Amino acid sequence: MIISVASGKGGTGKTTVAVNLALALKDARFFDCDVEEPNAHIFLKPRLNRQEKVFIPVPEIDTAKCSFCGKCGEVCAYHALAVIKGEGGHQGEVLVFPHLCHGCGACSMLCPQGAIREVNKEIGTVESGSAGEISFVSGRLNVGEAVSPPVIRRVKEYLEPSKTAVIDAPPGTSCPVICAVKGSDFCILVTEPTPFGLHDLSLAVEVLRKMEIPFGVVINRSDIGDGKVEDYCAKENIPVLMRIPFSREIAEAYARGISLISAFPDFKGKFIEMRARIGTLLESGKAGR
Amino acid sequence: MKQITVISGKGGTGKTVISGAFAALAEKKVMVDCDVDAADLHLLLHPEIKERHEFKGGQLSVIDEVKCDKCGKCAAACRFGGISPVFKVEVFSCQGCGLCSRICPRGAIRMKEKIAGEWFVSDTAYGVLVHARLGIAEDNSGRLVSRIRQAAEKIAAAGGADYIIIDGPPGIGCPVIASLAGTDLILVVTEPTLSGLHDAARVIELAAHFKIPAALVVNKYDLNPGVTEKIEAFCLARNIPLTGKVPFDKTVVRAVVEGKVVTEYPGSPAAGEIRKIWDLLKD
Repeated sequence: MIISVASGKGGTGKTTVAVNLALALKDARFFDCDVEEPNAHIFLKPRLNRQEKVFIPVPEIDTAKCSFCGKCGEVCAYHALAVIKGEGGHQGEVLVFPHLCHGCGACSMLCPQGAIREVNKEIGTVESGSAGEISFVSGRLNVGEAVSPPVIRRVKEYLEPSKTAVIDAPPGTSCPVICAVKGSDFCILVTEPTPFGLHDLSLAVEVLRKMEIPFGVVINRSDIGDGKVEDYCAKENIPVLMRIPFSREIAEAYARGISLISAFPDFKGKFIEMRARIGTLLESGKAGR
Repeated sequence: MKQITVISGKGGTGKTVISGAFAALAEKKVMVDCDVDAADLHLLLHPEIKERHEFKGGQLSVIDEVKCDKCGKCAAACRFGGISPVFKVEVFSCQGCGLCSRICPRGAIRMKEKIAGEWFVSDTAYGVLVHARLGIAEDNSGRLVSRIRQAAEKIAAAGGADYIIIDGPPGIGCPVIASLAGTDLILVVTEPTLSGLHDAARVIELAAHFKIPAALVVNKYDLNPGVTEKIEAFCLARNIPLTGKVPFDKTVVRAVVEGKVVTEYPGSPAAGEIRKIWDLLKD
């Protein structure tokens, strides 16, 4: 079973929910797919014993073979190559913009001269290890790199179908989120009861509906703001899985990198219940969809 | 003209609340909401849309089932898992690179342009807002950000604006890079949590990577004075100006719920501090 935790709006408590769900379950596997700003390690404090680099293939031009025909620049959908044709005795030039490259391989495959080979460019790292009984995998995009999905995909290669996996997804509704939640059996959407929380929740719901992933909602800081998130969930037939009230003590534990369950052991039962409820919702077909 | 981008790394630290207050405080300016995936500034500024534009971003492969003889070349060449074992396009995996359409021996694959969102130029009580809505589950958010920033620059130049204020997205990836490239100052809004500090440090590194000066604000600083001290020490060590510490203030939640910018509440301590921050930034 793969359970992902996503949100639309950032800072609503995805990492809190994901970390504590993993802590409450026995031998869960945890995957931090918020590779732009990974935070789960702050709370799980894993012992890491493996690190691997993530590369994408980017083009390298062999100028001796290149005829500056312009084909590579024409086929690159991401404008990562520009060809300046030779003129009046001057040799041409091929400009490569590796930050724009998505590593599709079109340029090297389609170059008529066979003048392009691909070289690996490092864009991030994946670290793995364990935190108690939880096995832990986390991706980290290098600062200055724009394209995070290859790092997310590499993290997800560690998924094992036999065990419960918890995926901490990035905020938003675009490609990194799609990449992180794709293939999940269930997605928990974490929100807060404010107009910002509601607006971004409704966008995240549309994403999951389009991807046909069943889902439910956790309302964090449930006693601030207004009642419109509750109204929305009721109207859309979306189950509310848990409500976490605002408290200075919870905020303080979070601030210092202490998990909710360590600070307030009562929450362990709530997370175990939530996991059971997710199972029931999926069986009965009553999850949000 | 000065361009200021408000970002945070970590989401939910108060970027939009602070940008919204700047909209009320700054005089001659154009506002831009660059969090195109999950835009929220309009919930405070209540724009009246004056111009609406389609955003065409990226392409998608389309297979002609009649011409396709299932030779499998496309699936073998695609590095994104964009072609399923039964030769259907996986729309959430296809990256629109077009390699399949170019190598298909039967010419059975064409590329279709996607309408990936919309962008708007609007009037608000506080002046012009340029904003966008990325289509659900679409990509190319970085290009949409660049598009609306271009539009904002044109409007600002034509109207003689002194500032462009950009409400940025969370993270450090493509839409963030597109939001800060070529701006004059990055204001990093963080909160006194270890996650907030960890993520702020990464965006400050990003600012340094692009050689853009960065300044910092600690929002809700009194929720955890211990971590606030760590952030202050971090600023000192990295030579990052700390422009202000905004106190936790229930008026902020009330303002968001009522759909107003926080400066509309005269007694609000948070609004008072944000006003001081703007006075520092505007010069």
